[in-house]
Amino acid sequence: METREREFLEYVQSGGQVETDDWMPDEYRARLRKFIEMHGNSELMGVLPEREWILRAPTLQRKLALTAKVQDEVGHAQLIYRVVEDLGKPREECLDDLISGKSKFHNVFHYPTKTWGDVGVIAWLVDAAAIISQKALLKCSYAPYARIMKKICWEESFHILHGRDVILTLMNGTDDQRELVQEAVTRWWGPLMQFHGNPIPGEEDPMLVWRIKSQGNDEARQQFLDGYVPQIWELGLTVPDPKLRKDEETGRWHYTEPDWEELKHVVTGHGPRTGERLDLRRMARENSAWVRSVVLAEAA
Amino acid sequence: MIYEVFRQERKGQAFQHAGSVEAPDEAFAEWYAREQFGRRGESEALWVVAREAILPIEDFVDELNRNYHRVDGYPLKEKLKEARARAGTTAARDR
Amino acid sequence: MQERVQLLLEIADDELILGWRDSEWTGIAPFLEEDVAFSSIAQNEIGHARALYELAARELGTTADELAFDRAPEEYRCARLVELRLPSWEHTSARHYLYEEADALKLEQLKASDDAELAGLAAKIDREEVYHRMHAQMWFDRLENEPRFVAALDELRPLVGLRDGHTPELTELWEEMTMVRRSQPAGTTW
Repeated sequence: METREREFLEYVQSGGQVETDDWMPDEYRARLRKFIEMHGNSELMGVLPEREWILRAPTLQRKLALTAKVQDEVGHAQLIYRVVEDLGKPREECLDDLISGKSKFHNVFHYPTKTWGDVGVIAWLVDAAAIISQKALLKCSYAPYARIMKKICWEESFHILHGRDVILTLMNGTDDQRELVQEAVTRWWGPLMQFHGNPIPGEEDPMLVWRIKSQGNDEARQQFLDGYVPQIWELGLTVPDPKLRKDEETGRWHYTEPDWEELKHVVTGHGPRTGERLDLRRMARENSAWVRSVVLAEAA
Repeated sequence: MIYEVFRQERKGQAFQHAGSVEAPDEAFAEWYAREQFGRRGESEALWVVAREAILPIEDFVDELNRNYHRVDGYPLKEKLKEARARAGTTAARDR
Repeated sequence: MQERVQLLLEIADDELILGWRDSEWTGIAPFLEEDVAFSSIAQNEIGHARALYELAARELGTTADELAFDRAPEEYRCARLVELRLPSWEHTSARHYLYEEADALKLEQLKASDDAELAGLAAKIDREEVYHRMHAQMWFDRLENEPRFVAALDELRPLVGLRDGHTPELTELWEEMTMVRRSQPAGTTW
């Protein structure tokens, strides 16, 4: 490693942050941009499973909350893509790569949402898993990203409460409603356990080495289990993993090893809803291309 | 065009950079800034500025260490010790 | 009394159904900044509907949700214009512009009403609608020279103020809107 790179590494590892126009090693910039781009893609794709239910929300309050939640996610995508753009990749290029399958988005957004139970489980558990990852970005060595993460985390706080509210209401309701929740939890468990990624030793995780994130995959998963399995169990719900338990001595959760092959298969574009959702994005984009050329391009 | 947005969280506080929006003109920029950084009433006020109107300054020259107008230009410990010794007094806190 | 309720339901249903249609753009609007902005407009519209339903609900001894969801499609009093599913931006912007124009007049009338409660709510709604009108005008100014926008305006203008029956699209929307709610007995909490 060159001297300048080594100095940069020492700088970020001791908590230093950089701004857009500061010098960065090429490897850092490339990894950083790819990571942030994937985050933007995920926010944008995360909108699609949820927006179907905006139209089906069973009360005015739920309708408003769900619309606001999805709106936040779009807002997050906007903030994140702006950061990527300032790092040198225009938004339109990011969208091109997303739609063509060249760039990726998180596993959970490749799966179908089948019932109102999913709406609750997504806001309660999937968002919880996401927030844990997002909190680990608050001290990102790249300051512009760290700053938007602060706003993102703040907005996510209502998402979780909304999720919990939906779930608790269902659990206190009819047998059918309780069954909706259980069925959704059972179905989402696999993807949830895969969400934080396969375990990588800290020294081998470039995201940790460069202090882009401050937490490893396994640690994030442990944090998720610690926070949310008790919440699941206290409602009388079950998780489809007979091995799941907390070792009281070590404080670590034991579980059946997640299916890493499934994760790889899904994020490389083969999830149950991947094609359909990318098609929707592509069509929406094509249909409104004229709007962008009239409104945005002419101002350039 | 990119517009930078500065945000005041509470009255009396400084405006801080909050992010940026892409918009064709000021009318749109105002709408988008209001939405992205104020739809929850989380901001007391916003300043929206076209990025090209911002003048960045990042180089500051101080080749000859002009500490005469900074606090670090005034180490007084030794002089104070000498002056107290001369007057036969001890530091107030040692009495 | 009956007349007041009917008037409330007319405006509430307009705002509800338009808000529902407008909310369909959340996540797929022409670009991200506009997506966020337009979603707020949709939410405001639903919010207006809710406030209006609440006034009517007090009189009828029911709840806003029951009025919003539990009537049959024929019982809604919305205008045809708001029922249309318009998945193209030129049509959505055109409807937005035409609706806000007509709505402004309606709100002025209501603000002048002897009915203090109604006048008060109309004033509150109008203060939010000021922004909707600005937004509609902003898009109008940008698109007024686009042939497809002009064509959309021409197509939709005759529908403004027409309350002469419902389109099949309302029934489709109603079915989707109420499917979760109808899956459990009336009175179930969600």
